[in-house]
Amino acid sequence: MQQNTSPATPIVSLRDVQKSFGPLKVLDGVSFAVERGEVLAIIGRSGSGKSTALRCIDRFEKVDGGEITVCGRRVDLPDVDLRALRQDVGIVFQSYNLFPHLTIEQNITLAPCSVKRMGLSEAKALARKVLAQVGLEEKIHAYPEQLSGGQQQRAAIARSLAMQPKVMLFDEVTSALDPELTGEVLKVIEQLAADGMTMVMVTHEMGFARSIADRIVFMHRGKVHETGPASILTAPTTPELVQFVGTGNLKS
Amino acid sequence: MGGHLNINHLLFLGHGALWTIGLSLIALIGGGIAGFVIALARISPLRSVRLLSAAYVQLIQGTPLLVILFLGYFGLAAIGLKMSPLAAAGASLTLYVAAYLGEIWRGSIQSVPKPQWEAAEGLALSRTQRMMKVILPQAIRIATPPTVGFMVQIIKNTSLASVVGFVELMRSGQIVNNSLFEPFVVYALIALVYFAMCYPLSLFSQRLERRMGRGRADFLAPA
Amino acid sequence: MGIELDFPAVLERWPNFLGGAILTLELALFATVLGALLGTFAAVGRGTHNALIARACKVYVEAIRNTPLLVQIFLVYFGLASVGLKLSAFTVAVAALTINVGAYTAEIMRAGFEAIPRGQIEAAEGLALSRVQIYWHIILLPAVERVYPALTSQFVLLMLASSVCSQISTEELTAVANYIQSDTYRAFETYIIVAVLYIILSLVMRAGFWGLGLVLFPRRRRLGTAL
Repeated sequence: MQQNTSPATPIVSLRDVQKSFGPLKVLDGVSFAVERGEVLAIIGRSGSGKSTALRCIDRFEKVDGGEITVCGRRVDLPDVDLRALRQDVGIVFQSYNLFPHLTIEQNITLAPCSVKRMGLSEAKALARKVLAQVGLEEKIHAYPEQLSGGQQQRAAIARSLAMQPKVMLFDEVTSALDPELTGEVLKVIEQLAADGMTMVMVTHEMGFARSIADRIVFMHRGKVHETGPASILTAPTTPELVQFVGTGNLKS
Repeated sequence: MGGHLNINHLLFLGHGALWTIGLSLIALIGGGIAGFVIALARISPLRSVRLLSAAYVQLIQGTPLLVILFLGYFGLAAIGLKMSPLAAAGASLTLYVAAYLGEIWRGSIQSVPKPQWEAAEGLALSRTQRMMKVILPQAIRIATPPTVGFMVQIIKNTSLASVVGFVELMRSGQIVNNSLFEPFVVYALIALVYFAMCYPLSLFSQRLERRMGRGRADFLAPA
Repeated sequence: MGIELDFPAVLERWPNFLGGAILTLELALFATVLGALLGTFAAVGRGTHNALIARACKVYVEAIRNTPLLVQIFLVYFGLASVGLKLSAFTVAVAALTINVGAYTAEIMRAGFEAIPRGQIEAAEGLALSRVQIYWHIILLPAVERVYPALTSQFVLLMLASSVCSQISTEELTAVANYIQSDTYRAFETYIIVAVLYIILSLVMRAGFWGLGLVLFPRRRRLGTAL
C-alpha cells in the first residue's frame, strides 16, 4: 500500500462513513478531513456519534460503509495493518486507562520496548523526556493510584507521545476530571498543538475548543451538520448547532 | 482376559451408584444439620462458642478427608470402637460436610445486608425472632447456589468411602474390574456415571448463581 | 474401661513421617507449578476466538470438575500403563494431580482475566501491542494478583487431596500413616499425628504463597493496596 503523505493530502480523512450498532444508526454519512499540523475539535451531544467517529479512525470500531484514510492507509479495509496504524496514531481515553500494576515509567516504556524494540535505557530516557513535556518528571517511579486524576491523564498523554505518533486523538479526556484538574491537562494539549502536533479531539470544553482548534466539526445524530473555524460557535448557521450552543452543553 | 461387560456387571454398578446417592444424602442431611449448628455457633455472641466452632472448621478443612475416614474406621477400631464401613463413611462425611456447609452458610448469613439486621433490631424482635423471620429466609436464598454446588463435592467425595470397603460406585467398579481386567474401560464408565450425576447439579448451581446476579467463585475442592 | 493411648510409640517413627511429609510437599509443588501452567493455557484457550479450542478447554474443565479425583488418578494410572508407559508412582501422581488442579485453576484464572477492565486492553491496543504482548504484560499478572487468594486456597486443597495418591502406592504422608499404623497397631494415634502434620503443611504452604506474593507483586509490596 503506497503511502501518500504529500502536503496536499490530509493526514486523516473520512468519507461518507456509515456505522450501525444493531438497529441503531450511529454514523450516517460522516465526512471530514484533517490536515497535517491541524487541530480539529469534534463537538456534539451525547449520542451524536462523535466518540464513535473518533474510535473508527484508530480502528476501535469497524465501519459498515465509507472510507477512512490515515497517513495514506485505508483503515476501513479488513486487511489494515493495525500495528503500523497504531504506531502512527496515539489515542488518549476519558478514563486514562493507565496500567495500575506498572509504575508510570513502566507504563511509558512498555510499548517502545515491546513494539519498537527500543533498548531499555533508551526507553527510560524517552520516558523522562515525555514526562518533562507534560510536567510530571518527579512522578516517574510512582504508581498510577498515587497520582491525581489530572496527573494520570497527563501521564496517559505522555505514554502515547512516547510512541512518537503522527496524529493524536483525544476522546473527551477532561470529562472524567474534577473541574480544578482540567486546566493542567488542557495546558498540555495546548502546548502540543503549539508544537505542531496534528490532533483530533472530541470535547465538551467549548472555550478550549474555540481557543486552540483550527476547525470545529459539529455532529448531530450521526451526521456532520456544520464545520468551519471556531467562529461557527459564535455565529452558528444550522438550527441544531444554534440549539446546542444555546443550551449550555459546553463549558465556557 | 476376563469376560465381557454384561448386564450383571452393569446392574452391580447401578447398585453401587444407588449407594453413592444414599451415602451422599446421609452426608448432606447429617452434615446439613450439624453445619447449620456450626454456622450459628460461628456468629454466636459468646466468644468461646465462636472460637470452638472456628477451631472445628479449621481442623476439618486442614485435614484430608481420607485421613478423617481412616481415623474413623481404623483409628476408632484400634481404641475399641468398631464401626461398619457405612457407619464410618457416613460419620466422616458428616463431619466433613458440616465444616464446609457451616462455612458456606455462615458466609451467607453474614452476606445479608447490614440494614436488614438493623431493621430487625429496630422492630424490637428478640435475637431468635430476628434470625428466624428476617435473616435466615434471606440467607437461604443467598446460600442456595453454593450449597447446590457443594452437593457436587459431596457426591465426588463419597468415592473415598471405597477405600474403607464401603461398596458404592467406585468400589463396585473395582470389584467389576477384578473380574474383567479392563481397568481403563471400567473406570471410564465409572467416570461417566459420576459425570451424569454431577454435571446436571453443576449446571443447576450455575444457573441459580446467574439468577442471583452474584458472580461468586464457588467453594472449590479438587477431591 | 479406659482407652490407652500411646503417642510416644508412634512419634518415634518421626523419620518416616518426615519422609512422607516431604514427598507430599514435593507432589504438591510439582503439581502446583505444572497445574498453574496448564490452567493458564486452558483459561486462555477458553477465551480464544477459535471455537474448537474454546470448546475443548470447556470440555476438559467440566469433565475434571464433575468426576472424583480418585477416579481420575486410576484412569491416568491405567491409561498410561495401557499405552506401555512404565512410570514411577510419583510421576503418575503428579500427572493426575496436575490434570486435576489445572481445570480448577483454569476457572479461577478465567475469572481473573474477565475482571481486567476493557479500557486497559484498549489502551494497550492503542499503543500497538500485539495480542500476545497484551496477555503477557497487561492481563496475566494483574489477573493472578486479583485471584491470588483463591489460587492459594486451591493449591493448599491440592496438597490435601494428594492423600488420595496413597491408593496408587505413592509414598506420601497418608501412605506412610497406613504403613505405620499397620506396623504399630496404633491407628488412632497415627492418624491424629498425621492430621496435625497436614495442618502444619497447610500453614507452611500458605506462608510460602504469601512470600511468593511479595516477590510477584511489587506494587502491593510497596503500597499495601489491592488492585
